[in-house]
Amino acid sequence: MLEIKNLHVEVADRKILQGLDLSVAAGKVHAIMGPNGSGKSTLAYVLAGKDGYDVTEGSVRFEGEDLLGLPPDERAAKGIFLAFQYPMEIPGVATMTFLRTALNALRKRRGQAELSTPDFLRLVREKAKDLAIDPEMLKRAVNTGFSGGEKKRNEILQMALLEPKLCVLDETDSGLDIDALKIVADGVNGLRSPRRAMIVITHYQRLLDYIVPDVVHIMAKGRIVRSGGPELALELEQRGYAAIEAEAA
Amino acid sequence: MNEVRPIRTNAEQSIAAAFQAAKTKLPGGPDIASLRERAFAKFADTGLPHRRVEEWKYTDLRTLLREAAPLAAPPNAAALSAAREIDALAAIKLRRLVLVNGTFVAELSDLQPEKGLTIVPLARALADKHALAARLGAIKPETFDAVLALNMAFLNEGVLIEVAEGAVLERPIVIRHVFAGGTAAATFARNLLVVGRGAKVTLVESFEGPDGVDYQTNSALELHAADRANVALVRLQAEGNAALHLSTLLCEAAEDAEILTCGLTTGAATSRHSATIRLAGRRTNLRVAGATLLRDRQHADTTLVVDHAVPDCASREMFRTVLDETSRGVVQGRIVVRPDAQKTDARMSLGALLLAEAAEADQKPELEIFADDVQCGHGATSGALDPQLLFYLMARGIPRKQAEALLIQSFFGEALEQIAHEGLRAAFVDRATAWLAVREKSL
Repeated sequence: MLEIKNLHVEVADRKILQGLDLSVAAGKVHAIMGPNGSGKSTLAYVLAGKDGYDVTEGSVRFEGEDLLGLPPDERAAKGIFLAFQYPMEIPGVATMTFLRTALNALRKRRGQAELSTPDFLRLVREKAKDLAIDPEMLKRAVNTGFSGGEKKRNEILQMALLEPKLCVLDETDSGLDIDALKIVADGVNGLRSPRRAMIVITHYQRLLDYIVPDVVHIMAKGRIVRSGGPELALELEQRGYAAIEAEAA
Repeated sequence: MNEVRPIRTNAEQSIAAAFQAAKTKLPGGPDIASLRERAFAKFADTGLPHRRVEEWKYTDLRTLLREAAPLAAPPNAAALSAAREIDALAAIKLRRLVLVNGTFVAELSDLQPEKGLTIVPLARALADKHALAARLGAIKPETFDAVLALNMAFLNEGVLIEVAEGAVLERPIVIRHVFAGGTAAATFARNLLVVGRGAKVTLVESFEGPDGVDYQTNSALELHAADRANVALVRLQAEGNAALHLSTLLCEAAEDAEILTCGLTTGAATSRHSATIRLAGRRTNLRVAGATLLRDRQHADTTLVVDHAVPDCASREMFRTVLDETSRGVVQGRIVVRPDAQKTDARMSLGALLLAEAAEADQKPELEIFADDVQCGHGATSGALDPQLLFYLMARGIPRKQAEALLIQSFFGEALEQIAHEGLRAAFVDRATAWLAVREKSL
């Protein structure tokens, strides 16, 4: 589904990704772990199409198609979803309005009819219930005054509504207590499907107790330095990044 | 300061000629005539305000007003039917009071009696020496205002409204100021709202006219709010795109009054709204909000003075200006806290959103505090749309122009949300959204 080859990315003339290769098949969950500054979030943003990330070398293909020239909204239409590490607060835009605008924009581009108001409300309420989201929260402005946990649950709600093919979760566990983490992980696990791939970016092994990956990658200095099964995360937890980086170097 | 200077610009000369021609025909007794004469004499002393007059620094009216249009004639049948056609608030249940080309039109107005409500057209009030007419001019701006002086000099048409003590009017009142016709003309309107103790009312003022006609509006509203009065003033400035719009609000509020003013400005080539709000009774609560959306070469100026004259009052001022193309938005907001006005709680927030390189925002928040136990703050921001927010929306599949529209909406929405009346709020949001739709199409 996703093929990244020899990806080099610079941000404000600093080399962040330096020859990253990654291949993700449909139905698989890949975890990407790495110390701060290893380029994990940069990878997430490059996939989503954020401005200011200059790809100097390499390629990213999604379902055989070159992704790099597309603006973020077209990537979303193709099925890429980034769950933000720091979801944006948008005062003045009701969460419902936001969700509906996004869903209908995607449906339109995917050649589907817009949802009627009752159908939309039913759908949102059902998905929100799964994530233990208070319907009152949906009336408030997007992420404005939300707690850390509410923001992350709101991200997963969007993911559930928009039904992407590739989900990129950027440090979704950061700032979550254990109860919130379980709710979010359950939400994510509920979206696992043979047709959907996930890239779960995290700093800590903890999240992977709840979202069990098929493949674990360790990133350092802008590249993937080691890949393995779920046991790699445990090894990392025991030995630390430094030891594994040293071995890989 | 008040240097005497001869009238010299073309516009000033035409205004003087118009005054000489009109003054003997205007209604009212000798006291009203002398009020007009005095007002005109003061105007003649200073002439049109220009950039060296501090309050008019960003809106040089002497330069902007090259030609003073002749006084508008009373509306003909075509003008009346045009006025019926354009009504931005047509869908809402309101008591309509209609001025067309500066003349009160009884046949378009709803003068059905209602308990606790008195409505008198100004021309009749002047002719009949109605007691309400005697209250005109009681609230003065902090410094001499030539535009207001002109409004007084041509005192003739408008509506005087009184809401009796304890009366709660469920249905809002709208004073529609409509210009109809294809040639430039000047209109003057003076309105008065007197709200008795514990009374509650929503007054809307709307300003509409055709595009492409450089007509001139000069309108003033005086509001007297007694103890515990609850008043919402809602303004829709949707003048034609070549118009000059000058308006003044003078407000004085007594104890425990609740005052809201909220305006939406999208019209006129050049506009200036100047408001002076005096909190003269304790524990009064004031909210002032405004949204201004401009494009092309429009220039809009909102100048506000909130005068905390006594202790224990609270005020919140919020202005949101959206500027596209080569438009220019001016907001000057001054909060004055008098020496006695302890425990004043005042906060002003000015925000401008620049959608184009050549747009210009001039925002000047000022605090003048003479008391020591107060909480006052102000902030002004101006900038472009936040690229981080745009990215967030686009990453959810929302196309760029739609994402921009959502963000612009959220920016001015905060101000329009202040309108408590649901139908009015929705109508104002619709107007603003229609402005955005024009932008989306042109992108």
